[in-house]
Amino acid sequence: MTSAVSFKKVSRHFGSVRAVDAVDLEIAAGEFFAMLGPSGSGKTTCLRLIAGFEQPTAGSISIFGERAEGVPPYRRNVNTVFQDYALFPHLNVLDNVAYGLMVKGVGKAERLKAAEEALSLVRLPGYGTRRPGQLSGGQRQRVALARALVNQPKVLLLDEPLGALDLKLRENMQEELKSLQKVLGITFVFVTHDQGEALSMADRVAVFNDGRIMQVGTPEDIYQRPNTRFVADFVGSSNVLPPDFVQRYSGQHRWGSLRPESIRVSNATSGDGVAARLVGTNYLGATTRLALDADGLRLHAVVPAGTSLPAEGEAVMLTFNRDSLHLMDEPA
Amino acid sequence: MTIAVVQSNPTPAILPGSGGLRGALSDLFWRRPKFLLLLMLLPPVLWLGIVYIGSLFALLAQSFFSIDEFSGLINREFTLKTYGDLFQAANLDIILRTVTMAALVTLASAVIAFPIAYYAARYARGRWKALFYLGVMLPLWSSYLVKIYAWKLILAKEGILTWLLAKLNLLWLLEGWLSLPIVGGNSLSVSFTGTFIVFVYVWLPFMILPVQAALERVPGNLVEASSDLGASPGQTFRNVLFPLALPGIVAGSIFTFSLTLGDYIIPQIIGTSRLFIGQAVYSQQGTAGNIPLAAAFTVVPIVIMGFYLWGAKRMGAFDAL
Repeated sequence: MTSAVSFKKVSRHFGSVRAVDAVDLEIAAGEFFAMLGPSGSGKTTCLRLIAGFEQPTAGSISIFGERAEGVPPYRRNVNTVFQDYALFPHLNVLDNVAYGLMVKGVGKAERLKAAEEALSLVRLPGYGTRRPGQLSGGQRQRVALARALVNQPKVLLLDEPLGALDLKLRENMQEELKSLQKVLGITFVFVTHDQGEALSMADRVAVFNDGRIMQVGTPEDIYQRPNTRFVADFVGSSNVLPPDFVQRYSGQHRWGSLRPESIRVSNATSGDGVAARLVGTNYLGATTRLALDADGLRLHAVVPAGTSLPAEGEAVMLTFNRDSLHLMDEPA
Repeated sequence: MTIAVVQSNPTPAILPGSGGLRGALSDLFWRRPKFLLLLMLLPPVLWLGIVYIGSLFALLAQSFFSIDEFSGLINREFTLKTYGDLFQAANLDIILRTVTMAALVTLASAVIAFPIAYYAARYARGRWKALFYLGVMLPLWSSYLVKIYAWKLILAKEGILTWLLAKLNLLWLLEGWLSLPIVGGNSLSVSFTGTFIVFVYVWLPFMILPVQAALERVPGNLVEASSDLGASPGQTFRNVLFPLALPGIVAGSIFTFSLTLGDYIIPQIIGTSRLFIGQAVYSQQGTAGNIPLAAAFTVVPIVIMGFYLWGAKRMGAFDAL
C-alpha cells in the first residue's frame, strides 16, 4: 500500500540553518500521526513541506505516491488547520467554511449546504452568519477544522491546533479530533510540542530534535522504550541514568531511562535500594512529584496522591523493578 | 534567608505623596482621568470647531447669497439662484471634467500603488523598508511648485521625454496619442494627459501609504490559508487580499480624489486652458468677485465626497476594519 506521505532524505535549509535535515518518513494512509518536538525542532517545517508552503532544498516528497516537489499548495489535495486558525476576518463563518469549494467553482447552494454540514460535524450548527471575531477560541478552532474538512482532503495537517485553548477545552477537543479521525478515515498529521497530547491521540509519533527525527513509533514504544536520552527526557521527563549507574543494576555499560512512576520511595534508611535525599515535592493533584538527590544524581519520582511522604531533606530509600529500567541504544 | 531580608526592609508599603502642585495635579489626574482628557482636547477642539469648521460654514453660507449682476454687490438674502448657476452648461462642464479627472487619477494611483505597497508590506525588511519610506516620502518634502515646473519641462515639446522617445524611435507613439481628441494637444505639457500624469505623480504617496498600512495588517497566514484551500494566486488576490486592502484603498482614494477635486495649481501650469473646479473657485472669488458662486463650487467636492463615502460604505469597503 502506498504511504499517505513519504519523505526521502528531505532537507530544508534556510541559509546555514538546517530546519529539516535529511529526514526519512513514511506516514500510512488513514493513520493519526503526531510530530512531537520542542520549538525549532523542524516539526512545523515538515508540516509546511507537506502543505507546499515550503519546498525542500534536497530530497523528495510524495503524497499518495505522487511527487510533490514544485507543486504549489493550491494544487495539493491537502488541507491545514493553522495554529492561530487563519480565518478570513471579512467573511462570515459559513463563507469561511465554503471558501475552498467556492474557489473550486462549486455552485452557491451546493457549497453552502456542504459548509452547513461541515459545521454540524464540528458541532457548530447555525453559527454560519457570525463573524470569526464574534467566536471564542474553541469555536474558531472548530470553524478552522470544518473549513479544512469540507474539502475532503487526502491528508489533514494540524499545526498545534489546540495550543491556544484552555486545559478543559483541549482535553475535549483531543477526544473529538480522535473520534472524528476514526469516523472520517482521513490521514491526520498533527504537530505538537505537548507530549501528553501526542501520546494520547496518535497512532504513531515521530519525535523531532534539531531538524532530525530521533525516533518513530507507537506512543507506547516512545514512552516505554526511548532510544535516546533526548527522547527519554522530552517524552514524559523520564529519569536519564548514566552508564555507570546503569551498570550496577543491569550489568551493561549503557545509558538507561527510568520512568518517574516506576520509582518507589520508602522511609527505610537501610536495606536494598538507592539511598537518596528528598529535596522537593510538587503537588499535582492526582499525583505528587518528588525531586530526589541520589549522591549527586538528580532523580524524579511520581507517587499517587495520599501516599504518606517523608519531609523535605530526609533520607529515603528508592527501589524499582529491574524490568522497568530501559536500556537505550545511544552509545555510552 | 530571603524572608528575613523582606521583613527587615524599611520601605513603607505605601509611599508618601511627592507634595507640591505637581504631586497634587498628578493625583488629581489619576483620580479623574476624564478631566485630563478634557484639558488635552479643549485647545484642538476649539481650533477645529470654531476656526476651521466655523469658517468653512461661513463660506458655505455665502453660497446661499447671490450677486447683483449690475452693481456686482452681494445680496445677502437666502436664494438658491447661485446653485442654479452651477447647472449652466459651462459650469456643468467644469464639474464633469474635474470629477472625471479625479476618478481617473484615483484609479491610476490605486493600480500603481498596490504593487509598491504590497512589496513594502510583505517583503521589504530593515534597510529596504527604510528605503521604501524614504522613496515615498522624499517627493513630499520638496516644494510642490518646483515639482510641477519640473514636470512642465519634462513634458514640454523640447523636453526630455520627447527627446527620449525620439532616440527610441517611438515618437510616432507620442504623436499618435497627442493627435487624439480631448486627451491630446500640441505637446504633453498642454494636454489633459499631462495634467493627469502630474496629478498621479503628486498624489501617489497619499495612496501608497494607507494601502501599505492596510496590507501590513493582513496576517501572512491568510494568504497561505487561501492557497491551502485551493485558491490560485489570482483568486487569493480577489477574495482575500483585495477585500482586506480595500479600507486602505478607500482611505487613499479619499486623498487622491478630494485633492484632485480641489487643486487649482496643477491644471493651471500643465494642461489646456479649460478650467477645473479649483480654478473656477479661484477665479470666481478673485478676478470675478463672485463669492457666492465660488462658495457654491466649493460645495460640489464636499457633496461628491459625501456620496463617494456613502457608496463605499454601502459596498462594504469598511467591513474589514
